Amino acid sequence: MRSKQDTDINSVDWQPFYVTLKLAVATTGLLIVLAAPLAYFLAYARFPGKSLIEALVNLPLALPPTVIGFYLVVFMGPKGAAGRVWEAVTGGSLLFTFLGIVVASTLYSLPFAVQPLKAAFQRIDRRLMESAYVLGLSRVATFLRVIIPNSASGIAAAAILVFLHCMGAFGVLLMVGGSLPGETKVASIAIYEAVEAMKYREAGLMSLCFIPISYAFLLLVNRLNRGA
Amino acid sequence: MSLQIRVRKKLRYFEIDLDFSCPDDHLLVMIGPSGGGKTTLIRMVAGLETPDAGRIAYRGETWFDSERRVDLPPQKRRLGYVFQEYTLFPHLSLYENAAFAAADRAEVDDLFARFGIDHLRGRKPHQVSGGERQRCALCQALARRPRLLLLDEPFSALDVVTRRCLREAVKGLREGLSCPILYVTHDINEALFLADEMVPIVEGRIDRGWMQRTIAPIPDSEEAPLRATRQPRLALVY
Repeated sequence: MRSKQDTDINSVDWQPFYVTLKLAVATTGLLIVLAAPLAYFLAYARFPGKSLIEALVNLPLALPPTVIGFYLVVFMGPKGAAGRVWEAVTGGSLLFTFLGIVVASTLYSLPFAVQPLKAAFQRIDRRLMESAYVLGLSRVATFLRVIIPNSASGIAAAAILVFLHCMGAFGVLLMVGGSLPGETKVASIAIYEAVEAMKYREAGLMSLCFIPISYAFLLLVNRLNRGA
Repeated sequence: MSLQIRVRKKLRYFEIDLDFSCPDDHLLVMIGPSGGGKTTLIRMVAGLETPDAGRIAYRGETWFDSERRVDLPPQKRRLGYVFQEYTLFPHLSLYENAAFAAADRAEVDDLFARFGIDHLRGRKPHQVSGGERQRCALCQALARRPRLLLLDEPFSALDVVTRRCLREAVKGLREGLSCPILYVTHDINEALFLADEMVPIVEGRIDRGWMQRTIAPIPDSEEAPLRATRQPRLALVY
């Protein structure tokens, strides 16, 4: 027999969705800013060992999320390099905090930003760049004034892919952030816990929210890629 | 001589090996069959390609010297370069394109009026014709107040009438422009119309005989003293 709590939509805790949204927005913003110069560098630079760096950037695609999570826990923990530096600067821990899951999510989603950005930058006609150089623009100015404005659809596609990937992240976030309500408990973890607690209707309602959002965003990505 | 060029560069099928100079105020046309190394040469002058060996100097300033390991980047050569294909920035209007690296925006206004594209200043490059785009590209190059103007087959993609108008415009440019102009073309008519001096380039080398092999005198005509041996005569008569 279903309890009232199990059937009432108002009883569903929507806070994890707010945390998810916050995480996805923060990660997407951070990643686009960080990944754009990296993608530009990988798109145009020629140097020995470039394929090694490209493989390293793509490593999160090939590794199980728990493996990434494990190394991040070690790295960000009290004995890890990042954890020690963070503790020396702020006096607090990076693990089990919202900032911690933003860092984890950023590293985990890196290839989802770099690959589409790199493809978008490579689509730019090289002669436009040469024209900018001849007109006196430095490489950085060319990137900001020519490459970025002409890669708008590619950047939007990359942002959407990162956003969707962040919304679905689970294993890495659980290991690095745990499940602190309002802080690190994201929607995917809330669904998992609802199933564990046999609150299937609550889990179903939360899961259902993901489908139209993800579907609409993927349609948008397809549209952007067609227009590019 | 204001511009001195002595370069060698190995390409896939031949080697570019050139040594010539261009005086101030001269329009020097580099002519020759397509694929002969003219564009590669002009790109080396612009700093977009690096010669294997040689020296490029402009008014005493060394732009490239393989022995002294000098290679000034294109940003520091202060050139005007109109490419063979349309290279206006697609996200900017024609006016913004021309003013992109302009020394003075008032000059852009003058150039737009002079080239007859003032009414198109707000249009994007894809909204205007090929001829209008190349006029804008010329304005963009000139607004930078270049020390040297490089024109790489700038009108080759245009129809005959537009091409003729723009040739006139380039010829008119000469007045008031004190810098040398390097002009690449494979069109003999264009070369004869514009050139102060011609450098025929065939497979990476200067080949003075190429002109004689390609064109021959017509003794009975004063209006059209030259004719092409491989082209119909009408193509040469304006």
